[in-house]
Amino acid sequence: MNSNSEIYSLTVNGKTHEVRDSWVGESLLYVLRERLDLPGTKGACEQGECGSCTVIMDGQAVCSCLVMAATAIDSEIRTVESLSVGDSLTEVQDAFVTEGGVQCGFCTPGLVVAIEHLLSQNPDPSEIEIKEAISGNICRCTGYGRIFEAVDKAVSVRKAKSS
Amino acid sequence: MSVLVPRTLQDALQATAANPSAQLIQGGTDLMVEINFNHRKPTDVIALRRVDELKSVNIDIKNSQITIGAGLPYQQMEHGEIALHLPALAQAARTVGSPQIRSAGSIGGNLGTCSPAGDALPVLSALNATVNLQSADSSRAISIHDFMVGVKRNARMPGEIIVSTTLPIVSGWQGYSKVGVRNAMVISVASCCLVVDRINGTIAVALGAVGPTIIRCRETESWLAAQVDLKAKTTVSPNLLQEFGDRIATESKPIDDHRSTAAYRRHAVAVLARRMLTRANAQ
Repeated sequence: MNSNSEIYSLTVNGKTHEVRDSWVGESLLYVLRERLDLPGTKGACEQGECGSCTVIMDGQAVCSCLVMAATAIDSEIRTVESLSVGDSLTEVQDAFVTEGGVQCGFCTPGLVVAIEHLLSQNPDPSEIEIKEAISGNICRCTGYGRIFEAVDKAVSVRKAKSS
Repeated sequence: MSVLVPRTLQDALQATAANPSAQLIQGGTDLMVEINFNHRKPTDVIALRRVDELKSVNIDIKNSQITIGAGLPYQQMEHGEIALHLPALAQAARTVGSPQIRSAGSIGGNLGTCSPAGDALPVLSALNATVNLQSADSSRAISIHDFMVGVKRNARMPGEIIVSTTLPIVSGWQGYSKVGVRNAMVISVASCCLVVDRINGTIAVALGAVGPTIIRCRETESWLAAQVDLKAKTTVSPNLLQEFGDRIATESKPIDDHRSTAAYRRHAVAVLARRMLTRANAQ
C-alpha cells in the first residue's frame, strides 16, 4: 500500500476516517487530535515517556505519538472516546471519579485506556501487575495511590456484576 | 514525502532496491521522536511493521541457536520459549521502556538505531550474535561486533534490511542489569550483560552506554577464566570479585553527558558486573 497520495484512511473506533491535506510524517496522536476531531487522547512529551497519548492499536496499548499515522492504514485503532456509550461511564472511569483518581486530569485518558487494556486481558490483576501495566503512564498530581484504589474498585465492581 | 507499507519481505526488499536511501521504520520508538521534534524530516519512508516474516522466531535446539525476527516486539521476549533459552535477553526486554514501548520496540530497531544505550545490544554482544541482512539480490550474515561501528552508526548498506539475529543457546548462567533513574521508562545510564559458558569454561561481559558502541571486556574475561575454573560452580573470593569489578571499570570508556557522569558510570558497571558474577556462582 502506498500512502504518498497524501490521502489515506484510518479505522478509528470502528469507523473509517479519511485523512486529507496532511503531511504524511505526522504522528497518529497529531492526526487523531488535529485532523479527526478526536481530542480525548492527550499529547505531552511526544517521545513515548508519559503515556498520556495511549491508544489501543490491533489489540496492543501503544503510544500514539510514536506511530506514524500513515503506516497505521490497516490497523484497528481504539481511543478513549470508544470506551463509554453515551453519557454513561465505564466501571474504570466511574472509579476514577469516585476514588479521586482525577486531579488535573491530563494523564487520565491515557491511564484509563491502559487500565481498560489490562483488565481486558487480566480481569483480576495483582498489585504488581497493575503497577507494571501503568508504569508507562505518568501522573504528576495524585501520587498514584488514588489511581490504584480506582483500579481495585473497578475490579471489584466488575466482579460483582459478573457473579 | 511518501510512505510505503509493504506486506511481505519481498515487497519490502523491492521497495528498498527501488529507493535505497529511503528511511526504514520498524516500531517507530526512536525515529518518531526525532520527527516529532523536527530533528529529522525524511522524504521517503518504508514502514516494516506489517511484514510478518520479520516477526518470526526459529528455535533450533539441534544446533543450539535461536533466530529472532528483527521486528519481533520486545513484549514477545519477556516470557516463554525465548526467555527460557535466552534469559539475559528476556531480562533486557523487560527493562525496555514501558508496556507501550515493548509492544512496538524490537531488536531490529535497536540495531538500526545502534545507540550504545540500546538494551538488547549488550546481550547480542555477550552472546556473539549474528546479524542477518538481506537486499533484493543478496543476503549476508555479519557478526554483531562488526555490525556496530560507532555511535548510532552500523554496517547496514543502503538497500539492505536487517531481517533477523541469530543467538546461540549457551549452557550456564546469564543475566542483564542496568542502571537508570527509575525502574520504568528509562534509557540506560549504564548496563551490563554477563554470560557464563559452563561447557567451554569461558565468561563474556558486555557493557552498554559506557562507550561509543557496546564494549566487550575481553581482557577481564580471559583474566577471570585464568583465575577460576568456570566449568564448575566455584566460589569467587571477595578479593577476586573486587578486582573483577575494577578491571571491568577500567575497560569501560564512559563520558559525561546529560544523563550521568563518566565517574558514576565507571562505578556502576563495576557494581553491576560484580553483582552478576556473584549471582552466576550462587546457582
